[in-house]
Amino acid sequence: MKIITANRLSDGVVVYLTANGWVSHIASASVLHAADAIEAGLAAAARAIANREVIDVAAIDVTLNESNHPVPVRLRERIRAYGPTVDYGEAARQRLAA
Amino acid sequence: MYRYDEFDREFVAARVDQFRDQVARRLDGELSEDEFKPLRLMNGVYLQLHAYMLRVAIPYGTLSGRQMRMLGHIARTYDRGYGHFTTRQNIQFNWPRLTDIPAILTELASVEMHAIQTSGNCIRNVTTDHFAGVARDEIADPRVYAEILRQWSSLHPEFTFLPRKFKIAITGAAHDRAAIQVHDIGLQLKRNDKGETGFAVYVGGGQGRTPMIAKLVRDFLPEQDLIAYTEAILRVYNLYGRRDNKYKARIKILVHETGIDELRKDIEAEFERIRDGVLHLPKADIEAIDSYFAPPQWRDLPDHSEKLEAARKADRAFDRWVANNVDEHRAPGHAIVTVSLKPVGGPPGDATARQLEVLADLGERYSHDELRISHEQNVILPHVAKDDLPALYEALKAEDLATGNAGLIGDIIACPGLDYCALANARSIPVAQRLSEHFEATGQEQEIGDLKIKISGCINACGHHHVGHIGILGVDRKGEEFYQITLGGSADEHTAIGEIVGPGFSADEVVGAVGKIVDTYLGLRQSREETFLDAWRRVGQQPFKEALYG
Repeated sequence: MKIITANRLSDGVVVYLTANGWVSHIASASVLHAADAIEAGLAAAARAIANREVIDVAAIDVTLNESNHPVPVRLRERIRAYGPTVDYGEAARQRLAA
Repeated sequence: MYRYDEFDREFVAARVDQFRDQVARRLDGELSEDEFKPLRLMNGVYLQLHAYMLRVAIPYGTLSGRQMRMLGHIARTYDRGYGHFTTRQNIQFNWPRLTDIPAILTELASVEMHAIQTSGNCIRNVTTDHFAGVARDEIADPRVYAEILRQWSSLHPEFTFLPRKFKIAITGAAHDRAAIQVHDIGLQLKRNDKGETGFAVYVGGGQGRTPMIAKLVRDFLPEQDLIAYTEAILRVYNLYGRRDNKYKARIKILVHETGIDELRKDIEAEFERIRDGVLHLPKADIEAIDSYFAPPQWRDLPDHSEKLEAARKADRAFDRWVANNVDEHRAPGHAIVTVSLKPVGGPPGDATARQLEVLADLGERYSHDELRISHEQNVILPHVAKDDLPALYEALKAEDLATGNAGLIGDIIACPGLDYCALANARSIPVAQRLSEHFEATGQEQEIGDLKIKISGCINACGHHHVGHIGILGVDRKGEEFYQITLGGSADEHTAIGEIVGPGFSADEVVGAVGKIVDTYLGLRQSREETFLDAWRRVGQQPFKEALYG
């Protein structure tokens, strides 16, 4: 079970392939089961690279959570999906000051 | 401080225009990613886990209030309100849009800053002692020579495509605060028996997956030969350095495989060929650069400050901050202040936009408009009158910048790790946060004394774990984060690579393991004066192994 991920060319934001293009929320990513579906997803991603929408494409392993949304298997991809596991900037400063 | 001349201004402006054009050509499809990637890397633009990352050069870690304020402005305007200082004395912004980067570079150029050569297989930012120009034990100000090397190496056509990146560090004193022996070239300023200024030259040090301590290639190099000799080393490396395997491409591998004696012959032969040519440095040129680093007009003050002593007696937290974060200055009545960017439980080396702007103000008000970034990821105010220390402390405290832990166990070097970095295998920042919280909770920090923990999230060793007194390396073991601990590393004039103490620890176990190591040290040290490193060198690994593994 896989989803297709990339970074958006213009701003580097992590994005996921859906039936309607690229979105930044992993919950909406198209979950691909069959090999030919994954191949089709990667072909769509290749077209998006050619169209200068995204870079750094990968098909990553996922499982499904209770809401049937994809969750990456690898920690690296979970951090890409949900952001750093540590707070930063003013949020970190406010937490420390509290 | 150094100010750009016309040449500097023109080449930085030209480079910004060039990169603006390259970004536009990438976005309109004229350049593919394969074509664009090496161009963006030459301008400090990486693609990390969440976004692009821009690394901005801070030459030899020195900057003015105006420059620091600009870093705050960029963090606030183009990023998510903070920046991260690195072990190369640079700053990284973690969230810029590619489309904004030409504007960021234009703003940086307006204060004589850029991101050139902060990436790629070229000569990187030359680092120095963060106490340069003010340390009492200094032979000469290393920034003068770092600036000469910056001018020589910037856009040097012969060294733009080296086998691998190349890092140079300079220390101005026998006591090494710049980790020169783990650099491709390490330079130690010294005087010969005629009183002439020159350098001991080390070559082939480095960390990463094959850590090596640099070898002494020349005991004394006259200062006027600095560029010629450095060029000779680079030429030999460029010619013989391996390009078939990126993991064997650094000069340390060439030194190791060839042998320093054989390599020295090649370097000296090339040096003899070019030393009297255009690369010879006239005394007048060195003096011209030296004049940029002339000390400011320090106030004429007695060395003893009644005001300072009274404030120390009145406030224990201030007294502790002075004891740990304030160092002797060469001018009477003055001090060097380390502003710790290692708050307990905070991400090491980060500063918010507001903190950057406040530091700019404080540098202007209390430190003759000069600030430094240390390779230990802290900010230095190098010229503070002792009488001003209480007021400075209060101003820092108001901005959560008065953590009194410089040089202690909470003053941890950590790379961004898997929270940000595309190369990392494990997280570094959360481990650093939990360690600093642990030792705050046990109340042992002051008792432990001088102990440097350094954490890297992968074998590339950006967190300098190989030279930590306690080094922590994050690894991926079957999808789980594990942490390998090394002991006995050091990055000073007695540089040593830490030794692996035994099997690694899970993320849940690693803080407790470090706690056991520290408790073992406290139990076996002969006195409070025996540091962790001294004790480890006396007793070796065994007591620590027993404590960790029974």
